[in-house]
Amino acid sequence: MRPPERPSLQLPIDDDPGACSVPRGGGWRPGAKWARSSAQSREEVEAQIASLPVHAQPPMRELGRRSEAASHPYKAPTLAPRVIAPAAAPVQHAPVALVGKVGRREEVVAACTGAQALGIHPGMAATHARALVSDLDFRPAEPDADAALLDRLALLAVRRWSPIAAVTPPDGLWIDLAGCDHLHGGEERFCRRLVAFCRRAGFTARVAVADTPGAAHALARFGKGDLIRVGPHGTADALAPLPLAALRLAPTALAAARKFGFDRIADLLPVARGPLARRLGLPAITRLDQALGGVPEPITPRDDPEVPAAERRLLEPIGTAEAIEQVMGDLLRDLAVVLQAKGLGARSLRLTCLRVDGTEQLVAVGTSRPTREVSHLLRLLKLRIERIDPGMGIEQFMLVAPHTEPLDAVDLGAVLAGETLVRDPSRLVDVIAGRIGVRSVFRIAPVESHVPERAVAHSDPNEVPGNWPAWQRPIRLFAHPEPLHRVLALMPDQPPRRFEWRGKTYKVVAGDGPERVHGEWWRRDAEVWAVRDYYRVEDETGGRFWVFRRGDGFEDDTGDLSWWMHGVFG
Amino acid sequence: MMSAALDSFAPSIAHLRTIATPVTEYRVLPFGVDEIDSRLGAGGLRAGALHEATAQSAALVDDAATTLFLAGIAAREAANTGGPVLWASCRADLYAPALEQAGLASANVIYAQSQDDAALLAVIEDAVRDGTPSAIIAEASKVAMVATRRLQLVAAEADMPVLLLRRRRGRDQDPFSEPSAAWTRWRIGSAPSARLDVAGVGRARWSVELARQRGGASFSLIVEGSDETGRLAVPAELGHRAAETAGTARYAAA
Repeated sequence: MRPPERPSLQLPIDDDPGACSVPRGGGWRPGAKWARSSAQSREEVEAQIASLPVHAQPPMRELGRRSEAASHPYKAPTLAPRVIAPAAAPVQHAPVALVGKVGRREEVVAACTGAQALGIHPGMAATHARALVSDLDFRPAEPDADAALLDRLALLAVRRWSPIAAVTPPDGLWIDLAGCDHLHGGEERFCRRLVAFCRRAGFTARVAVADTPGAAHALARFGKGDLIRVGPHGTADALAPLPLAALRLAPTALAAARKFGFDRIADLLPVARGPLARRLGLPAITRLDQALGGVPEPITPRDDPEVPAAERRLLEPIGTAEAIEQVMGDLLRDLAVVLQAKGLGARSLRLTCLRVDGTEQLVAVGTSRPTREVSHLLRLLKLRIERIDPGMGIEQFMLVAPHTEPLDAVDLGAVLAGETLVRDPSRLVDVIAGRIGVRSVFRIAPVESHVPERAVAHSDPNEVPGNWPAWQRPIRLFAHPEPLHRVLALMPDQPPRRFEWRGKTYKVVAGDGPERVHGEWWRRDAEVWAVRDYYRVEDETGGRFWVFRRGDGFEDDTGDLSWWMHGVFG
Repeated sequence: MMSAALDSFAPSIAHLRTIATPVTEYRVLPFGVDEIDSRLGAGGLRAGALHEATAQSAALVDDAATTLFLAGIAAREAANTGGPVLWASCRADLYAPALEQAGLASANVIYAQSQDDAALLAVIEDAVRDGTPSAIIAEASKVAMVATRRLQLVAAEADMPVLLLRRRRGRDQDPFSEPSAAWTRWRIGSAPSARLDVAGVGRARWSVELARQRGGASFSLIVEGSDETGRLAVPAELGHRAAETAGTARYAAA
């Protein structure tokens, strides 16, 4: 990978009189470097150098200090670490770099400024970066999470700033300001507020305002400065100095452009379109025209599904459970009308109670199937009343359904002909889940495994699971089999005659078995040869037990022939 | 004079009759076994009522028999009404494949696992009021008299059987020493099963003791454990059965 390009510095002349071609006390020569008024002072250049990251700072020799030894022409020069004053913006966190998979290699996909100062740059191999800075905070890149966050940001933009806003992957947003900017105090003010908002939210933002989405896209990424505004008809001039990569060209087109010597957008502008299209391809021309406004590029806005909501403002603040319940019922009836009009059912509800002192109380309920039945939802919400602290009183309630699903009329089938409906358990599940938690309500579904403790798994209470094979199984199964002692059994395949369990001796009068269960070799190495022989035995008082022996009695690998109790039959 | 007094009492007596529901006016769940049904007050268990069962001893096998006894009742009710059975418990050692063999297929059971008995009782009450389940089985150890009365009332209102498996809190503690408003209280234990002529384990036998029932006397009986539809059976007379078994064996051998 190519390291990032070093910014070109205007180097100062050396003050050393011996190194200068013109004697200090000598006469003035027109055009002498030291006499140029526009030349930067030494302090300015020092500050400029200090503001660069460490790895990008020019070595001493490049600055013209010939008093130092020149680097060896054949050996690679070692970058001398330079002690610099702390950067203007203090770094609040440890340097972070994100590592992700690019193609088939692990690469640094993003690095913070602190990490970049340490010489980590995007595109570097992850192992290389780790070797360079061992204690850097490497984290896996999460493109999906980034995309989701960007999508949320776009939604926020739609709700707050402009009805037309869209995501430009992987890292940008388009906001159509036409006709909206005056609502936010003009373009300039809006941009500053946007940057401030992003800073508060923890993002570094670059904002560009231009006539076309393409130009704004290019300027925000490749322009100079964090906040660029291009006036009407200034697009071509603003774009001219930008590199071709700003035009969102395909990599092949970029390579071709490099081959033909096109470096900046300015190089493309005077060239005739026909030959240009043959060299770079038609999509590149389209991109150029989109940026310049010759070809329209409409923004497809992120659509904001309207969240069904109901609101009640009260004349007097309330604080009793009965009053709150009354308001809940009223809100639910309002919401049910909204939901029915849209053909939706609520999967979750959020009730926000605004108290007199300005604080909020928030309660939420969820349902396992979409519903808009007032009595059912009211019963779920009533369970949450005890969690609302009314304080000095609540004066406003807002009920929103953040998660909804389509809910239409249900086919009743042949009810009139006497066919009975299968009772829908979802209401029951909601009620229980509201009381003891969603994870505490479940069904038990079969799993394809012969090992008894693996044959069951919790499943969704609204789904109907399948069946188990009809092997005899105990009604109570111990989570951990318990060891049996002093077992008397005929080898290799007879049930035990007597055994001791939990300090008590049991004399077996009848037994069934063995039922052989092999270990699941695909799960663990230890199970490759493991064998359990299960027996159903009855003792003289009628108690029935499920015991097993480890091992088949022939091969040592299959088990150590120890006996275990695994469950009891009724 | 007398008849006038009787006339004035007549409406209140009718009113009293509606309060004290006559024996025949509620739905019953027959066991399908004459020996048990004939000794129960109305020819079976009252459907809308709380029924308690506990193990005869602290042994795990008796506990397992009690569990299967209640599962059988719930299975028969679920087969009749078509609703799911709610199984509420604080423990997780119930093994669902065995329940399926007692008539409660996995499609028919919803499990609720709560942290403590108080939450469990609240869940049961909510579930009964909801009315979706066909029957409710709950395993609990600490159930106060007031709680049982509440359960009995809601169960009667919803016409839904609530089957409470009372677990022992200590080794020597008898759950039935506490008062309860349950309609019936059962004590179940395992009993030695009939020996087969061949090696192997036969159908389970339980000793079923009805410790208390409203409007009836208590009794105790040995029954054969529930089959795959949750039905009990009364074992045949020993000699009769032995002869029968011998006969089949002979035919099979011939």
